[in-house]
Amino acid sequence: MTTRDEVFEKVREVLVDALSVDEDEVTPEAVLTSDLGAESIDFLDIVFKLEQAFGFKIAQGELFPENVAQNPQFVKDGKVTPEGIAALKEKMPHADFAKFEQNPQVTKVGEIFTVDAVVNFVERKLAAATA
Amino acid sequence: MRWMWIDRVLELERGVRLVAIKNVSMAEEHLHDHFEQDAARGLPALPVMPSSLIIEGMAQTAGILVGHANDFKEKVVLAKIGKAELERDAAPGQTLRYTATIERMDSLGASTSGVVELFDHARPGEGFVDIGRIDLMFSHVDNNLAGVEFPEHNFVFSDSFRTLLRTSGVEASF
Repeated sequence: MTTRDEVFEKVREVLVDALSVDEDEVTPEAVLTSDLGAESIDFLDIVFKLEQAFGFKIAQGELFPENVAQNPQFVKDGKVTPEGIAALKEKMPHADFAKFEQNPQVTKVGEIFTVDAVVNFVERKLAAATA
Repeated sequence: MRWMWIDRVLELERGVRLVAIKNVSMAEEHLHDHFEQDAARGLPALPVMPSSLIIEGMAQTAGILVGHANDFKEKVVLAKIGKAELERDAAPGQTLRYTATIERMDSLGASTSGVVELFDHARPGEGFVDIGRIDLMFSHVDNNLAGVEFPEHNFVFSDSFRTLLRTSGVEASF
């Protein structure tokens, strides 16, 4: 059984490698985009490297869902609607939406992609694999 | 014609690996400036292949490998240089050998790892010597940039690539 600390350490290694950041920048609350400088191709790189590090497959959109913030049904006046947030939550049970819900600007949607969300995702995948 | 930075494909295993070579030549004009003599610092001219172009050579090697895996239907664009480490210069009269391997590929893109080796014709006994690693990521741009439209024709894999593959004896229909 892999402990959360062990998962975090491996996730940290992946992010240091993929984003060329220092180890101490990778804190649980760090946001992949605004704090660690991740750009779109980096998300694919992170998915590939997580698969390699943990030995499981990640389906497209499983870790970083697409087409929610871009869906006009889910965005009104520059904000993600409650339906949009519900859709995101369903696709991302590994993320914490508390902060985003206070001010759900569509431009801030990237802030739900934290290091913690990645660690949660990996833990859930590992648990599902051993269940 | 696209500026080609590989001369010949030696081996191609679909979706797995591609090996290509580049013969560095003094006839390449950029070598005359890279690096020219620096009289002020007392340095003689040092013509060597710029590392950026070695990276481009690996990008073309790996790009063809990734494109070939899907019969050149995808527009494969270099998106990220994950790592580029080169320990030695490549000089005119030497041959670079690029070996690119696909690490992972899906509909959005691919990651490749690459080994760069150098053959010095003045020291044939040494064979190809490992001089570095170049790891890259490619995006299949039609699938990976939501909402951005690209021309219908595959502008990545042009006639130059086709000619290279044909003259290397690789059958490719695109």
